[in-house]
Amino acid sequence: MFDNLQKRLDSVFKKLKGYGRLTEENIQEGLREVRLALLEADVNYKVVKDFIAKVKERALGQEVMESLTPGQQVVKIVHQELIELLGGKTSSLSLAGKSPAVIMLVGLQGSGKTTTSAKLARFLKKKGRRPYLVPADVQRPAAIKQLQVLSKQVGVECYPSDPKEPPVEIARKAVLKAPLMNLDTVIIDTAGRLHIDEALMGELKAMKEKVAPQEILLVADAMTGQDAVNMAKAFDDALGITGVILTKLEGDARGGAALSILAVTGKPIKFVGIGEKLDELEAFHPDRVANRILGMGDVLSFIEKA
Amino acid sequence: EKSRKGFMRQVDDLLFGKSKIDDELLDELEELLVTGDISVSTVEEIFSQVRSEVARSELQDGEALKTRLKAIISSMVKVTDHDIPWEPTPYCILMVGVNGVGKTTTIAKLGYHLKNQGKKVLFVASDTFRAAAIEQLQTWGERLDIPVIHHSPGADPSAVAFDGIQAALKRQVDVVLIDTAGRLHTKVNLMEELKKIRKVIGKRLDGAPHEVLLVLDATTGQNALNQARQFHEVTPLTGIILTKLDGTARGGIVVSITNELKLPIRFIGIGEKMEDLEPFEPEVFVDALFSK
Ligand SMILES: Nc1nc2c(ncn2[C@@H]2O[C@H](COP(=O)(O)OP(=O)(O)OP(=O)(O)O)[C@@H](O)[C@H]2O)c(=O)[nH]1
Ligand SMILES: Nc1nc2c(ncn2[C@@H]2O[C@H](COP(=O)(O)OP(=O)(O)OP(=O)(O)O)[C@@H](O)[C@H]2O)c(=O)[nH]1
Ligand SMILES: [Mg+2]
Ligand SMILES: [Mg+2]
Repeated sequence: MFDNLQKRLDSVFKKLKGYGRLTEENIQEGLREVRLALLEADVNYKVVKDFIAKVKERALGQEVMESLTPGQQVVKIVHQELIELLGGKTSSLSLAGKSPAVIMLVGLQGSGKTTTSAKLARFLKKKGRRPYLVPADVQRPAAIKQLQVLSKQVGVECYPSDPKEPPVEIARKAVLKAPLMNLDTVIIDTAGRLHIDEALMGELKAMKEKVAPQEILLVADAMTGQDAVNMAKAFDDALGITGVILTKLEGDARGGAALSILAVTGKPIKFVGIGEKLDELEAFHPDRVANRILGMGDVLSFIEKA
Repeated sequence: EKSRKGFMRQVDDLLFGKSKIDDELLDELEELLVTGDISVSTVEEIFSQVRSEVARSELQDGEALKTRLKAIISSMVKVTDHDIPWEPTPYCILMVGVNGVGKTTTIAKLGYHLKNQGKKVLFVASDTFRAAAIEQLQTWGERLDIPVIHHSPGADPSAVAFDGIQAALKRQVDVVLIDTAGRLHTKVNLMEELKKIRKVIGKRLDGAPHEVLLVLDATTGQNALNQARQFHEVTPLTGIILTKLDGTARGGIVVSITNELKLPIRFIGIGEKMEDLEPFEPEVFVDALFSK
């Protein structure tokens, strides 16, 4: 398992301890361990390839330090590179511009869009905004009801969607209605869909045209495997997403999908979901996710100090 | 299908023109398997076998290697299996899994499947937690003309399950399908709740639940194995249902789960509609992994 990345690297670099340089030959085996570890964390293999190349470039020629084993030294570089990749772009919502501000939530089936819509409404309400939750999922049984129940729980208004109306129409009408109700932030919950479903992706494009959202957030499950890149790229290509929300991160998934999605879309992760309850939404902390991907929080804090 | 192009087809590209099997090639093949979401541990198991056969010169060229890989994976996926017997009646199935994988929808699909076979079915709404989970199952019940036993939101899920079994006995149904709330396998209290539901069911009906099926999302990565292990430990599973195979994910997790836990895959989900359920066929699945 991956918890032993450190141990595995230490044994790989045993011969090197205390002297010498990290060279092409002696680093090869170590990088193989790092590569396996990242794959085990669900980082996409293409992303891993590029990443390893970067780590190698940085590591080559470095003097082996007194205070760290070569293994720790490689881990340190890996960790720093990870944080850089994950944290290069942190940002929160940008809702400036026209009022009402419009946010669309999109993603695969079951990723957590409806729950996250309500979490966002609660978050924005606390910030003094006046959110309007809009159920635009007329497909899944009781999806509208689900958002209605949640909006009551957070105490915000919910648009009374008519399931016989097309989602694009629902969204358009809700945006028109918001100012009449003195509401300034429209949050549109869309139906889950596969990124290869052209008809349904077309519907999202049409919705974007009609309501010109400031934010299009891709809601993705932290447990997603290698396919995360295909999914994220397709949503980004079709819609130009503005950010990502990673859900279900409180479990024991390594969360490599975060890295994969960032690498292929270049869009920031704006929030993470850490539970089913409506207050379980957090800002994204690159260092925490990096630790998680490496699965070795305690060791890392020691290494980072060195 | 366009979406289920097998990732193993890339084996051909890798092997193309290679007359010799060297370490580098084996490393690349190994990586290829991981890209299909097969667990790293299972991949290592496969390759320790392959590497020793290569060392003994038993596998000499790309074609032989490919055939061997396919054979190993096939044997892993084909765990000793029995079809669901659907008796004694009422035959009780408990559906479990993490959040959003497709439990409720799969119950609807199974209901449709069973009704088509002329069976009398009952749904039980033991997810009393998620907003509108009861209404979701009720909507399916109406569409399928299958009755739904339920309490109010927030009620004790075990109590609902108990009433469900009670009703199933009284109404002499053939199959009773119990929906549960999604829960992460790491949440101890929620996993305990599942144990309790199971115990209550068993108390009311000897031998029930007859099946505990874990629903897994095919897009899940390495975490699927943790999910299966943890659920299996808390409430022994009889099988797996793999959903969302209509996407572009390959469902390679199947190989690790059958290999490491010896649990059979019962059905696969290939869409959101009630017809979108198929029995799992190991040969077809492995062929699809390798298909061009
Ligand atoms: N553990 C956990 N569960 C979550 C989180 N976010 C959402 N969920 C759960 O995931 C499941 C699916 O959430 P929904 O909000 O219905 O997902 P959705 O994307 O709207 O689903 P569809 O509309 O069917 O595509 C529910 O059981 C939620 O309670 C999270 O951060 N952690
Ligand atoms: N594409 C696809 N979508 C599916 C499949 N099975 C279920 N879904 C969708 O996945 C989403 C979640 O399904 P649910 O049945 O609500 O999942 P659940 O496990 O009951 O969710 P919770 O009760 O919230 O934990 C819904 O939008 C379903 O329509 C499948 O085989 N393929
Ligand atoms: Mg939804
Ligand atoms: Mg459900």
